[in-house]
Amino acid sequence: MPVTSIAGRDIHVDAEGFLTSYDEWTPELAEQLAAQIGIDLTDAHRKVVAFLRDDYATQGETATLRRVSTLSGVGTKELFTLFPKKPAKKMAYIAGLPKPHGCV
Amino acid sequence: MTTQAAPAIVPNFGDDETTGRKLAIICSKGTLDMAYPGLVLANAALGEGVETHLFFTFWGFDMITKSRMANLKFTPLGNTATHLPQGVGGLPGMTALATHQMRKQIADVGVPEVPEFLEQIVASGGHLWACRMSADMMHVTKDDLYDGVEDIINAADFIEKTDGAQLLFI
Repeated sequence: MPVTSIAGRDIHVDAEGFLTSYDEWTPELAEQLAAQIGIDLTDAHRKVVAFLRDDYATQGETATLRRVSTLSGVGTKELFTLFPKKPAKKMAYIAGLPKPHGCV
Repeated sequence: MTTQAAPAIVPNFGDDETTGRKLAIICSKGTLDMAYPGLVLANAALGEGVETHLFFTFWGFDMITKSRMANLKFTPLGNTATHLPQGVGGLPGMTALATHQMRKQIADVGVPEVPEFLEQIVASGGHLWACRMSADMMHVTKDDLYDGVEDIINAADFIEKTDGAQLLFI
């Protein structure tokens, strides 16, 4: 498993760069992860990321875009604005979670 | 021994790609089971940043006709993949039963009904188009169609709009 250095810490990631250890994530790390993919986190982003973290903790898998839009209170359109082009993958990355597996 | 800083591994989300990928899906079927492949793929493509157009034609009009879109049906008749004896599919009430069962299976995996799915596709930036010939044949106007449908266009318009797109016929 590759180890990458983010903000001076060694972080375990998969071949693509997604974090593989739920507990290595911190809110501070999220800022760095976001910056690496060109996103400046705002409170609106953080709310979505917090939802993803909590949902993963109870469900054991990363929420799909549909699940986020129906349960987090942040609509599909806004998710595309906050995390342009590939919202589901980008928010999973910033939340330190694997890519979602569900189709919808 | 030398210490080397590990290179940062950052996923490539394709933001730098300048060639815009485009997908066009022609939806020509009006049964519940055949509505979903186009919707699922359109939704997936949009989630991957792909410009997506859906063109509804012939029986596919049921997917975008306000009075019908929430009532698509499924029949085992003529579908050997259900592995039921074909005679069973023709029994009274069988279409309703099979439809009910399929709706439940779809809902169980967290996939929305057709109208809600279209709403999500439009919110994700997808484009919905209705076929001019089908509209004329069935005497359907834009008022009869789902609000997210941008326009009723002819085949040539669709070809023009989807210049360079990958195309799926369902």
